Amino acid sequence: MRISADQGRCLGAGQCVLSAPDHFDQSELGLVDVLDPEVPEGDEQRFRDILDLCPSQALSLEA
Amino acid sequence: MTQLPEYPQARGCPFQPASGYADYAPVAKVRLYNGREVWAVTGHAEARQVLLDPVTYSSDRVHPHYPALAPRFESARKVRNFIGMDPPEHTVQRRMLLSSFTVKKTNALRPRIQSLVDGLVDEIEAKGPVADLVPDFALPVPSIVICELLGVPYADHGFFEHQSRRVVTGSTTLEESADAFAQLKGYLDELIRRKQREPGDGLLDTLIAEQVETGGLTRAELVDIALLLLVAGHETTASAIALGVVTLLEHPDQLAALRSDPRLLPTAVEELLRFMAIADGIARFATADADLAGHRVRAGDGVVVVIATANRDGEAFPSPAAFAVDRGARHHVSFGHGVHQCIGQNLARAEMEIALGTLFRRLPGLRLARDLADLPIKEAGGVQGVWELPVTW
Ligand code: HEM
Ligand code: HEM
Ligand code: SF4
Repeated sequence: MRISADQGRCLGAGQCVLSAPDHFDQSELGLVDVLDPEVPEGDEQRFRDILDLCPSQALSLEA
Repeated sequence: MTQLPEYPQARGCPFQPASGYADYAPVAKVRLYNGREVWAVTGHAEARQVLLDPVTYSSDRVHPHYPALAPRFESARKVRNFIGMDPPEHTVQRRMLLSSFTVKKTNALRPRIQSLVDGLVDEIEAKGPVADLVPDFALPVPSIVICELLGVPYADHGFFEHQSRRVVTGSTTLEESADAFAQLKGYLDELIRRKQREPGDGLLDTLIAEQVETGGLTRAELVDIALLLLVAGHETTASAIALGVVTLLEHPDQLAALRSDPRLLPTAVEELLRFMAIADGIARFATADADLAGHRVRAGDGVVVVIATANRDGEAFPSPAAFAVDRGARHHVSFGHGVHQCIGQNLARAEMEIALGTLFRRLPGLRLARDLADLPIKEAGGVQGVWELPVTW
């Protein structure tokens, strides 16, 4: 599975960066940058929980 | 018809939600101080549902339907900034600030926060054997940090700490809060004028250069944004630090667990945030008819999201009444949820981690110098916490 992010929805709370700094960063403008979109095998539930923390529903998973 | 329960209700213990809401989860009608009936949303899923839907549940504080939770809230209607706006207006203002509040930027402030905290603990040790941790520790940490971040002279901190306290205190009257707002606005307007003549290097200076000088914001709008950051940035975090000390001292097994493994500090802070729910509840109003947990909410109805009870919802948090420093749950709603989720949350986390971690490390014998039951606790329905925190070590 791959992570996709919608900068248009992001409001820079940084929950994703706190949860998985290897996968997410924030741009100069404070908006989400996906560093590594690949969800490691077996980590699907952890990433569902991380996405659920995003307060602006800016993140989603694609098959 | 029986009387509806009231919102807000006073906490008996400063870190426990008021007990009176237990029977009406997850959504029920309550009565405000002025007799208005509004929906109290006490369940976690329902709280998130409301906070995730700013189209149906508006934050527009100047709108007459926006519920005033206490008399003083009426005067907040005159302050226009993004906490009281809906998208897309909200989003434009919030994005002007985002680059200053990223995880990276707030982590870069950690060494400065650490040296500030070390200095305050030095002073407490020198002063001993008793200290009041509210004025001597909990308040100066966020206050100095937000002043430096904004570029507000800390020399003026006594003035705005006093005025912003009058804004957020439960018992403040309408006249008092109106006066406090006017004083704060006057001060910030003068400061921003001065900065336009003599620029400095704080966030306000950046916003003057990037927004005011280019027509993105008027000076009056910047005054209201500065007011938000100043008020929001220190009273909440100061309460969280002081009440955090109390909560840890009252759970000695959890404090011992934290001491034996300092790597637990970030999860301990997260659990403190969930457990204490410093911001007891936040208000919205419905812009359209909606279904909420089987209730029919009507356009114009007021809604209060009760953070304190949503954070203790057993569906979302197993053994919700237990305070567990290793719980590791971040889906509490202490910083809200949805588009208004606290912009300063990572700064607040850094301040709490450094302040609490350093205090308990440097003063291993720290204990209350007065019974918990005798600590003056903040009034219902504002930022929660204690007014005084006498300790010894
Ligand atoms: C433990 C400390 C803090 C707590 C419990 C807290 C809590 C909250 C809550 C519940 C909201 C959402 C309000 C709503 O949805 O209507 C919020 C928003 C906000 N907070 Fe915090 N906060 C804290 C610290 C800070 C700090 C340190 C700052 C500033 C540096 C700050 C600035 C803001 C701002 C500007 C908003 C409005 C965001 C928006 O409307 O988009 N807060 N905070
Ligand atoms: C300049 C910025 C701010 C102003 C002018 C302001 C003003 C007010 C006013 C007048 C009230 C009464 C209720 C209302 O209108 O919702 C209030 C309540 C409250 N504010 Fe703020 N506020 C500001 C920032 C914040 C921020 C950033 C937070 C986030 C923690 C916050 C947390 C609260 C809480 C928890 C209440 C109590 C709601 C209740 O009674 O349950 N305030 N604020
Ligand atoms: S958690 Fe969501 S809102 Fe926050 S930075 Fe990441 S994508 Fe943006």
